[in-house]
Amino acid sequence: MEPTALLIAASLNAGTVLAIASLGLLINEKAGIVNLGAEGMMLCAALAGFATVVHTGSTAAGFAAGMAAGALLAAVFGLLVIWLNTNQYATGLALSLFGGGFSAFAGTAYVQEKLPEQSQFAIPLLADIPFLGNALFKHHPMVYVCVGLVFGLIWFLYRTRAGLVLRSVGESPESAHALGYPVRRIRLLAVVAGGALCGLAGAYVSTVYTPLWVEGMIAGKGWIALALTTFATWRPARVLLGTYLFGGVTMLQFHLQGMGVNVPSQFLTMMPYVATIVVLVLISRNPTWIRVNMPASIGKPFYPGS
Amino acid sequence: MLRLEVRPQPSARWSYASPLLALAITVVIGVILFAALGKDPVRGLQVFFWEPIKSPYALSELMVKATPLLIIALGLAVCFRSNVWNIGAEGQYLIGAIFAAGVALTATKETGGWIVPAVIAAGVLGGMLWAGITALLRDRFNANEILVSLMLVYVAVQVLNYLVYGPWKDPMGYNFPQTKTFESVTQIPRLMQGSRVNIGLLLALAGVAAVWVFLFRTYAGFAQQVGGLAPAAARYAGFSSRKALWVALLTSGGMAGLAGALEVAGPIGQLTPYVPAGYGFAAIIVAFVGRLHPVGIVFSAILMSMFYIGGELAQSRLGLPKSITGVFQGLLLFALLACDTLIAYRIRFTPAALRATPSSGRHQPPGQAGSALPVDGTRPTSETTEGAR
Repeated sequence: MEPTALLIAASLNAGTVLAIASLGLLINEKAGIVNLGAEGMMLCAALAGFATVVHTGSTAAGFAAGMAAGALLAAVFGLLVIWLNTNQYATGLALSLFGGGFSAFAGTAYVQEKLPEQSQFAIPLLADIPFLGNALFKHHPMVYVCVGLVFGLIWFLYRTRAGLVLRSVGESPESAHALGYPVRRIRLLAVVAGGALCGLAGAYVSTVYTPLWVEGMIAGKGWIALALTTFATWRPARVLLGTYLFGGVTMLQFHLQGMGVNVPSQFLTMMPYVATIVVLVLISRNPTWIRVNMPASIGKPFYPGS
Repeated sequence: MLRLEVRPQPSARWSYASPLLALAITVVIGVILFAALGKDPVRGLQVFFWEPIKSPYALSELMVKATPLLIIALGLAVCFRSNVWNIGAEGQYLIGAIFAAGVALTATKETGGWIVPAVIAAGVLGGMLWAGITALLRDRFNANEILVSLMLVYVAVQVLNYLVYGPWKDPMGYNFPQTKTFESVTQIPRLMQGSRVNIGLLLALAGVAAVWVFLFRTYAGFAQQVGGLAPAAARYAGFSSRKALWVALLTSGGMAGLAGALEVAGPIGQLTPYVPAGYGFAAIIVAFVGRLHPVGIVFSAILMSMFYIGGELAQSRLGLPKSITGVFQGLLLFALLACDTLIAYRIRFTPAALRATPSSGRHQPPGQAGSALPVDGTRPTSETTEGAR
């Protein structure tokens, strides 16, 4: 019983990292922009968050620093892609390569640092429920914030005028432009918001999830988050479900090791990456399914009145 | 008010000038960075741009590092020109290295010289196989090749770790995670005494010629690129996009695998967890900076090799982390992409009053159908908004 509760708890925790980043990328993609720089933004944000916590001792400040770092890099990406019309894939790739290099370079001084001991979180009363308490109610507040974020995003995208405008920019920038909406500014806002969320996810990784800093510590989570937006067919609720499922697969490796399953550890480390490929294959098999759900202008540049 | 105006014709001049301007911007940022870190910028520039070329030995080391970058980037040029986004060359390079090592490890004292071609062939095969997975999943299941090829890099790294920590670990190696040193007969033949340059350099230069002929002088090469430039036209002409996909991925995978084989059986001489050196990712930058043109890639490979050697020297001479190489690599690509805007656009200063009457979209670039994106930046990437007016 208890191991299962712990597995659920670990899955939710691992899923939260992916979910926050994935929701950010979802906002980008709803506005028609694919940011392949997620990995680079998360790495820089992880370092920014970690360094801030080392100096200030405040996790909240670390989150803020991570969000700022993510937003800043996303803004650079956005300016290049939206105003200078550079290729989205190449620019995102540049951001990932730069982020990896820059965080490794700037972070050398922090490799040996340790973070102050963190308090354990538990929701009073609910945490004492057998099984459920351990599985669901002893998480870092960010896990619950993330769930709230999903509902907030659903409300924003499908129940507000601003959400409708955002989606219209992603579906048909020409029409949105003709109606007088500032397409490029809206896209930039979406990109920056997405970058901030990726940054938050990165800072969460380095300050709470695995509280340390090492070069390349995001280990492909940014790329997996990108794949999960496709897996979720660009629906926020499915993103959450998908990331929890994915967190489960990731955590299963430790569970299996704990149960004494005799598989070389490298094969277990491989699992999340193989799972990403499997997931992509399963969802992409049906082209109609993707076409119906995908924002129509995704990846395409828009430059009004040249 | 700054405004971009689509050029009637992409500027040929800027397509050559843009990489140089990008390099200049990177150097300027580098100088500022050195100054900010309290290092002498002149010394910094020396380490990156003079030390790697100042002696025959330094030059030969420059070639040693440029060779794998050149080979991988050539394959990627074919791939990107076909609008196939293989960003997992690092993984294909690794599997190539592993396959080559597998053959090299079978060599004994009595093995003949035939083992060298076998090692190289195994590397090519390994790279093609790994890229083939991406091609298969893209072709058969429509899975995004960017994400699949990248995920396979992480898988390849784990395969390597499994082998060097497990079955292939040298029993006499004091428990270090590495294979035994390959027999000297498997060593890729060197070109001359006293330097590590081997026949890989000749293979790379032959590759330059082969890719140039394929891209610009054969019908197959033409058909291959039409799909990247204008998918609708390619469909109309009856060029198979599936074939283009397979050719692109198998070529780039094979080249990356070749580079891996030349590297493990050449300068490295054994399989260690440090085989992945980021060449696969750096080669993406090399390909773009070289304009996806075989000859351009020769220059950009040498430049990138300078970055690598400069980074190592910056560590030993200036006490800076080696990862400064990665910073400059990223900056260079960023700067290049920004400068490439000048190929398709002119920058115009317009008074605000005139903005109400823009010259309407007279230039409708072809090939914007589907998800196709031009990758070489030699044509405008904007969709004009005739529909909106």
